[in-house]
Amino acid sequence: MNPELRFTDVVAQARPQKRKDDIRNFEYSYRAEITSIYPLTDKETLYRIQIVDPDERRRFSFVPGQFIMLEMPGIDEAPFSISSSASIRGEVELCIRSVGNLTNFLPRVRRGTHVGIRGPFGTGFPMQQMHGQNVLLIAGGLGLVPLRSPIAYVLENRSHFRDVNIVYGTKSPAQLLFTYQYEMWRKDDIDMDIIVEKADQSWKGPVGLITDPLKDILSGRDTEFYYNTYAIVCGPPVMFKFVCNMLNEFHIPMQKMFVSLERRMHCGMGKCCRCNVGSTYTCLTGPVFDYWTVMNLKEAI
Amino acid sequence: MIFRVFEKEELKQLFDILSDHNRVVAPVEAGRDGSGRPVYAFSDVREFNDIRLNHTVTKLPAKRYFLPFKEDLATFTIENDNWHKSIAYNIEQPFILFGLHPCDINALNKLDKVLLHSVYPMPYYAAKRKNMFIIGFDCIPQPYCFCRSMGADTALHGFDMFITDLGARYFVEILTDTAYNFLRHIRTEEPGEDDHILYMKVVAERNEKFTAHVDTTDLAKILDMEFQSDVWKYWGDRCLACGTCANVCPTCYCYGVEETVDIDLKGARKTKMLYSCNVMDFAEVAGGHNFRPERHTRLKYRYYHKHRGFVEAFEESLCVGCGRCGESCLADITVPEVIASVRGSGRNE
Repeated sequence: MNPELRFTDVVAQARPQKRKDDIRNFEYSYRAEITSIYPLTDKETLYRIQIVDPDERRRFSFVPGQFIMLEMPGIDEAPFSISSSASIRGEVELCIRSVGNLTNFLPRVRRGTHVGIRGPFGTGFPMQQMHGQNVLLIAGGLGLVPLRSPIAYVLENRSHFRDVNIVYGTKSPAQLLFTYQYEMWRKDDIDMDIIVEKADQSWKGPVGLITDPLKDILSGRDTEFYYNTYAIVCGPPVMFKFVCNMLNEFHIPMQKMFVSLERRMHCGMGKCCRCNVGSTYTCLTGPVFDYWTVMNLKEAI
Repeated sequence: MIFRVFEKEELKQLFDILSDHNRVVAPVEAGRDGSGRPVYAFSDVREFNDIRLNHTVTKLPAKRYFLPFKEDLATFTIENDNWHKSIAYNIEQPFILFGLHPCDINALNKLDKVLLHSVYPMPYYAAKRKNMFIIGFDCIPQPYCFCRSMGADTALHGFDMFITDLGARYFVEILTDTAYNFLRHIRTEEPGEDDHILYMKVVAERNEKFTAHVDTTDLAKILDMEFQSDVWKYWGDRCLACGTCANVCPTCYCYGVEETVDIDLKGARKTKMLYSCNVMDFAEVAGGHNFRPERHTRLKYRYYHKHRGFVEAFEESLCVGCGRCGESCLADITVPEVIASVRGSGRNE
């Protein structure tokens, strides 16, 4: 009997039942191609990214609200909310503002560039539970980006929903995203209110805070409406507070209010702790939380 | 569990046989501190006499052998517009950890819960953990040790064999067949009733030596209640936000990831570096918003994660009470004091 330890190959030993349990997946990234680059404002660009391998493309699916990790080898890897319809497999649209290492590098890349994608990660909005209900989609600033995926779901399944309202606010008209889509959304019987904090010469719409149009929508409805309404809220932390407080005042059920929290994940898989709120991993238990859960998290918003 | 006893000189024999065939990491005396007391560290060892089995807590845990402070998650080769990603888990051969104290074994067991047995198991940790043969060793409680309060003063699993000094002989608990087979290389015998009684006496005497305590009763709830308490401000004002506590902690696993391009532009790497939640930019997001900009909010978060969040997730705290953080803290902040003050007693009043 030889007193020499034998090497244990953890990969060969793995007998995973699910993707999330597969040890080989931890650092695996899908090779994907940037197929389209579409500037939205002077700071935000929409990238369409498609997984290269046809088999992987078929297998890759996500639900509205989930995020992916986008990697540019040698530059950085960062989390991004998926901003496109979940019914298209193997392809995601990401709306990216230039603020960091990776996002300041991206404007330099060309169509056809290969990037890495890991995921999808995190929780999504429970779209099927919302069937037969009214839906309020409330976005502030960049918050419209993660909302575009549930909006696509609503459009594709319009008959399953009652009243649908999009309430969208930004600081200035120049910051409005996806302006070319509003008309299409409205034609699909979605009410859309847009408000800016500060108008410019061309702006003819309302000026004020996002809670102004929200209050108009919510005021004077009956309990039946409030009880049967789902709300999805995305935006900066300060907006969460005011919007969620207002929804709460009108007694929208806390389990029917959903927010998507922003944190800087470094792994997306509940390991690096960078996205922790308390010790709740935003990447695993979120980024989509119902409001009751958020109320129980310290320093969530 | 199988128990054996053996004569003390047999231990060197065991070490010699094992170290002939395997890499061995063990506590050694790395130097002396300002007061002339020995400073211990884990290090590769070839000579049995270099090992200090009577070592007190090492300054740094054995963490760098299973959670290196810096390691590559992936490397890339870059050619024109194309790149290729290679992934390696950074361990080639198994090794022996000789002389790990119960607190450090319990630290591994806690890390297992989040890094091995949760969703998305981490292969970098798993590959190292599964290739460690652990020989545990009992210890003499020091004034800063509060492992007993954290339920980490004894280890029930997470090692291959565990040795207790009975004075004249060693008492060994055997958990794995590998350990059992290793012990066949030396002379051991079945412990008798006398050995059992002696073992219990040794354990009882050791338990008497603990002087530092933390009251963990209802702690998870109390931390929630005292979230807005001024005591956090008191400790936050002292804290230098240097991250030393996380560096010396055997259970701190938080990290950051950074990518760099090689100087010849032909390669790139993705590097994982252990991080500390006390460091200023830990919770900063793109655009500059920081969810925990003040020192006291970050210090509080650290306690919150260890003593509340982890408890919620795994029914136990993420602290083993080894006391390293308090011993190394430049601002003299210790866990027993912070928790006592949150509970309403202590020096902040």
